[in-house]
Amino acid sequence: MRPLTILGLIVLAIVLAACAEREQTASGIKADAAPYAGTSKQPPYMATGWKPGDRNAWEQQMKVRTVQGQNDYAKVP
Amino acid sequence: MARMKFICDSERCIECNSCVTACKNEHEVPWGVNRRRVVTLNDGVPGEKSISVACMHCSDAPCMAVCPTNTFYRTEEGVVLHDKDTCIGCGYCSYACPFGAPQFPAAGTFGVRGKMDKCTFCAGGPEANGSQAEFEKYGRNRLAEGKLPACAEMCSTKALLGGDGDVVADIFRNRVLKRGKGAEVWGWGTAYGSRQAGQPQGGKS
Repeated sequence: MRPLTILGLIVLAIVLAACAEREQTASGIKADAAPYAGTSKQPPYMATGWKPGDRNAWEQQMKVRTVQGQNDYAKVP
Repeated sequence: MARMKFICDSERCIECNSCVTACKNEHEVPWGVNRRRVVTLNDGVPGEKSISVACMHCSDAPCMAVCPTNTFYRTEEGVVLHDKDTCIGCGYCSYACPFGAPQFPAAGTFGVRGKMDKCTFCAGGPEANGSQAEFEKYGRNRLAEGKLPACAEMCSTKALLGGDGDVVADIFRNRVLKRGKGAEVWGWGTAYGSRQAGQPQGGKS
């Protein structure tokens, strides 16, 4: 009887483990880093042509990329 | 200062769903959640139009106004983001949003409604830029990589424009002038305010 009980408890523990959720902690509203701060990634994951941390360079990069990538009249006049 | 906006050109959208696919792939969005969708108006009727719809990152976002836990915030670039750690999944934002942007995964324990998920304009969330935690919760932070939203960059006909509001508006204006029609931008007035939508001049941008 005892081995069966132990086995049952083990099975129950395995089955109930599927009900677990990731731990959640309340942390209040966080501050978000500005996108021009960049990431630690390197090219090709990081676009070249601008320097992380330089706000003006990032804004210029956004404008240039928009025009080059999305304005087909700029490609074919 | 760059003010990020989306424009969908219904004259060009061919309903290929590449924007939807690009978004799902880029952010590894879970099954059942679509941050972006393609909607066809007057489907099957001659002259039908398709538009790509997601969070428009409204100037006066109704989701921000109704959220009981103040989980939304707006970045300096005008991108409306949210903190999943404080979201309680109540769904108020879903009722308030005129674009149906907020999505709720149902993969939690016992099928409960999970934390809200929506388009981030590929700007991630409050976690550290480019971190694994940010990716798992919000997807990739392409803006911090010097890139634009994947949906707009992958659009096969360049119907979906995304980026600096002034630049995308210029691109669209030039198109309309060249083709001489199709000046109506679906959702623009609702999201960003305009005189077309009956808004007072100079109220929003």
